[in-house]
Amino acid sequence: MIKVENLSKSFGSKRAVEGVSFEVGKGEVLGFLGPNGAGKSTTMRMITGFIPPSAGSVSVCGLDVQENPIEVKRSIGYLPEAAPSYTEMSVLSFLRFAAEMRGLRGEGRRSAIRRVVELCHLENVLGQTIDTLSKGFRHRTCLAQALVHDPEVLILDEPTDGLDPNQKHEVRTLIREMGESKAIIFSTHILEEVEAACTRAIIIDRGRIVANGTPQELKARAATGKLEDFFRSITRSDTVTESA
Amino acid sequence: MKASWAAIWTIAKRELAAYFESPVAYVFLVIFLLLAGFFTFTFGGFFERGEASLAAFFNWLPWLFLFLVPAAGMRLWSEERRLGTIELLLTMPIATWQAIVGKFLASWLFLIAALALSFPIVATVNWLGDPDNGVIASGYVGAALLAGAYLAISCLTSALTRNQVIAFILAVVLCLALILVGFSPLTDLLARWASPWLVEAISKFSVLTHYDGFQKGVLDSRDLLYFLSVMAYALFATGVVIRNHRTG
Repeated sequence: MIKVENLSKSFGSKRAVEGVSFEVGKGEVLGFLGPNGAGKSTTMRMITGFIPPSAGSVSVCGLDVQENPIEVKRSIGYLPEAAPSYTEMSVLSFLRFAAEMRGLRGEGRRSAIRRVVELCHLENVLGQTIDTLSKGFRHRTCLAQALVHDPEVLILDEPTDGLDPNQKHEVRTLIREMGESKAIIFSTHILEEVEAACTRAIIIDRGRIVANGTPQELKARAATGKLEDFFRSITRSDTVTESA
Repeated sequence: MKASWAAIWTIAKRELAAYFESPVAYVFLVIFLLLAGFFTFTFGGFFERGEASLAAFFNWLPWLFLFLVPAAGMRLWSEERRLGTIELLLTMPIATWQAIVGKFLASWLFLIAALALSFPIVATVNWLGDPDNGVIASGYVGAALLAGAYLAISCLTSALTRNQVIAFILAVVLCLALILVGFSPLTDLLARWASPWLVEAISKFSVLTHYDGFQKGVLDSRDLLYFLSVMAYALFATGVVIRNHRTG
């Protein structure tokens, strides 16, 4: 469903992503791991067509993102980092807007909104201005926006960031359930999440893929058998200055 | 084609609603109508003119709009960038130009509605005297086009920065430049040392030169073309700025 080939992105002289390639099929949940600034968000932004790659290509459902941006965007649901939304709108009008932008009208729109409101537990805040909501609700509102058109591909940039443990658990469960019928990529800092929700994980460091495998395979590669130790052994903290 | 206008209209509706969901729209309307009335009846010399026309109202509009239109347009793109919603908007299944046009149309409709609310002045003139309502109508067309030109420039400056204050100031400066190149105190000064054809050529770029035609009741296709090309050019430039911003 998602095919990323030799994807690279430079901002000026800084290389954010270098030669990243991977594939995600239907029924797969890919966990995207890496330290801050490793290029996770940049890669996701290129897959969703928000920023064009400097080199390489992305295709979603067999269509190239650069050549058929609108068709590709139709099949993607995207939760950007920090879950932005139009804060002056109410939850309901925001979801109506998102549904309408996805071409949903009338009864189709109403039932789509009902479905995501239930899925993301927004029943009690529908009429409230997004501005007045807690971070967890804002996050779920933006997630609902990404699900409203029931996309085949989901790109979720840190979907559990800022949620409390209960909410984190719920989102993970939701991702795992939806992963059975969709292709999902989600990024996270939390290593347990990978074990809890992913069928496969990619670790990215300074723009390059440094590991790719099932959570079990990755764990097995650490001497201690812990994912965290493996992660720490192959990535570099941004506080360590590069030598040479 | 139908689907692309549906998306534009969805964006425009959201943008219009955003004006009214915050106090922006009401503050804008009240200030606009107060100031327009104030200028018309004091400096404009509405009664002293002794003629049944809206000249006192229309003469002040280029200056009043100079501040109010950038104020209405400054948030269009800078707010999207500040909130990060630009990433949502541009990953929805639409082309960038549709978002640009949708946002522009929403603000323009809002400004036209503000203009329409000045109708009591028209009623007053008609009650007191016997004005040429054709000239008044053409005056309003000119005013709407002027607002559109300023607004397109505000869109452009708004796309340049996530800071609304900077977007506002840049828009005022650019619009002021478009006024001043045809502002007679300044062109007279220029005429002292520059050849007359040069002064005239420069003043052709001014909004005032083209706005005045409409106020005389002359609907000249060149004036119309001028305003439409300023809008088209500024909106096109907005698209380039947004694309560059995404390319990084």
